[in-house]
Amino acid sequence: MTVAKRVVLHFPPRLVEKPIIYHLVKDHNLVLNILKASVTPKEEGLLVLELSGARKDYDKGIRYLTEAGVRIQSLGQDVIRNEARCTHCGACVAICPTGALALDPTTRRVNFYPDKCTACELCVLACPPRAMEVHF
Amino acid sequence: MTKTIAEINEKIRKGQAVVVTAEEVIDLVKKKGVEKAAQEVDVVTTGTFGPMCSSGAYFNLGHSKPKIKVGGGRAYLNDVPVYTGLAAVDIFLGATALPDDDPRNRVHPGPFNYGGGHVIEELVAGKDVRLAVTAYGTDCYPRKRLETWINIKDMNEAVLFDIRNAYQNYNVAVNLSDRTLYTYMGVLKSNLGNANYSTAGQLSPLFNDPYYKTIGIGTRIFLGGGIGYVAWHGTQHNPSVPRSDNGVPRTGAGTLAVIGDLKQMKPQWLVGTSMLGYGCTLTVGIGVPIPILSEEILRYTTVKDEDIFAPIVDYSEAYPQRSPDILGEVSYGELKSGRIPIQGKEVPTASLSSYPKAVEIANTLKEWIQKGEFLLTDPVAPLPGVEAGITFKPLQERPIEE
Ligand code: SF4
Ligand code: SF4
Repeated sequence: MTVAKRVVLHFPPRLVEKPIIYHLVKDHNLVLNILKASVTPKEEGLLVLELSGARKDYDKGIRYLTEAGVRIQSLGQDVIRNEARCTHCGACVAICPTGALALDPTTRRVNFYPDKCTACELCVLACPPRAMEVHF
Repeated sequence: MTKTIAEINEKIRKGQAVVVTAEEVIDLVKKKGVEKAAQEVDVVTTGTFGPMCSSGAYFNLGHSKPKIKVGGGRAYLNDVPVYTGLAAVDIFLGATALPDDDPRNRVHPGPFNYGGGHVIEELVAGKDVRLAVTAYGTDCYPRKRLETWINIKDMNEAVLFDIRNAYQNYNVAVNLSDRTLYTYMGVLKSNLGNANYSTAGQLSPLFNDPYYKTIGIGTRIFLGGGIGYVAWHGTQHNPSVPRSDNGVPRTGAGTLAVIGDLKQMKPQWLVGTSMLGYGCTLTVGIGVPIPILSEEILRYTTVKDEDIFAPIVDYSEAYPQRSPDILGEVSYGELKSGRIPIQGKEVPTASLSSYPKAVEIANTLKEWIQKGEFLLTDPVAPLPGVEAGITFKPLQERPIEE
């Protein structure tokens, strides 16, 4: 059985310069598609990936990451937008790492694209009227 | 060409007034020229919808039986403390007030899920809130405790009173440090990760009347979805800042204090707001009509985002340390493009003030005026202008010797 999942990886500063992703791919036979990366030396790194491969390889890969000290965000949940509360201010646009919250330059409204959302939850507390809600 | 407010009101009453928004007026004047447009247009409507921390409301609760002297005691609405240093049953609730047991920033950044702004939103939405009072008891007000549900419709008065709103221009906030900052300007990512600004730009009330020639004390406005008035100039009102040739201040300048009956306002225009790691506040909808009394006044309303400049300020060092250093100036046109260059880096921009909602406010006010439901007022006194020579005073500390 194969799986394809989107995950958010948080690298603590001490791991940022280690070849973790190299080993994830090479030793676990996984295919990865990087959706967003923000890695600065000596700071926490953030990587949003789509990982696919055989189920058992996938599980081993996730175990490898956890043991290495990478924090993985569980995606067994959805982030949805409460349209009635969203004021289209735009405060989330620079926060969302995947472009799931993006400004429409003509209407100046903030569009939410659930298919791009990895449920990283970064927007949830950053949204001033708290329009982004986590649903399990 | 000159007009008076009385003449404009006459046209409004007859349903003949020509009203355009501060966005629409830009193209209209480009097409027709100032002279012709000034004859045609009677009113230009503006709007802004952003977090405004100096917002609040006062209430008269009515007297319980037996009576209680809330004044000088302690009182809470939904666990949020209110100010009681007034007469027996008058209280004031500020937008940034927090429940006593809110964890605040003990675990940084605190979420600040619920505060005074949220109570105001719930009251306006018609929800019951919990009133809890402890008092010291007197001969005429014997009661010492009171806990009850209360609804805005049962109060004698519920009045929104914001002592500083509608800032004429504001900083663009960035972060030069290597850690994330949680500020009233939103989350600022490290090393120039983003640049946050907060204004409706070309639609914002005071950008369209930069010298306060029409907006004054007593000006009737759209406030929180209902009708309000300019009560005074807002706190920190500072007209004496550098201005561009078009009169527009290049940094924070004028402000408005506004007032209105909360009972006729709407919750979608008074939104309880949480700034991660900073606190609670209230996002307030304000729209100000500008009577086109002359060509000069019309010309001011044609200001475009490209002609309005704001200072870029580092919130890791310059802002908290009160240093005047800025990293440059940028126009709202550039800010709205989504990216601005700072120190050779392309920095993504984000707004805290909603432009689409500002458009909606300007359009709503336009409709009210077109339908003859909203008449303009002559201000009873002007706001202090450049000639007032106001200087913006920092707090000079003087040590208290014991
Ligand atoms: S920060 Fe929240 S309210 Fe503002 S645009 Fe994003 S989702 Fe909407
Ligand atoms: S949870 Fe929010 S910040 Fe994260 S990807 Fe989805 S929309 Fe973007």
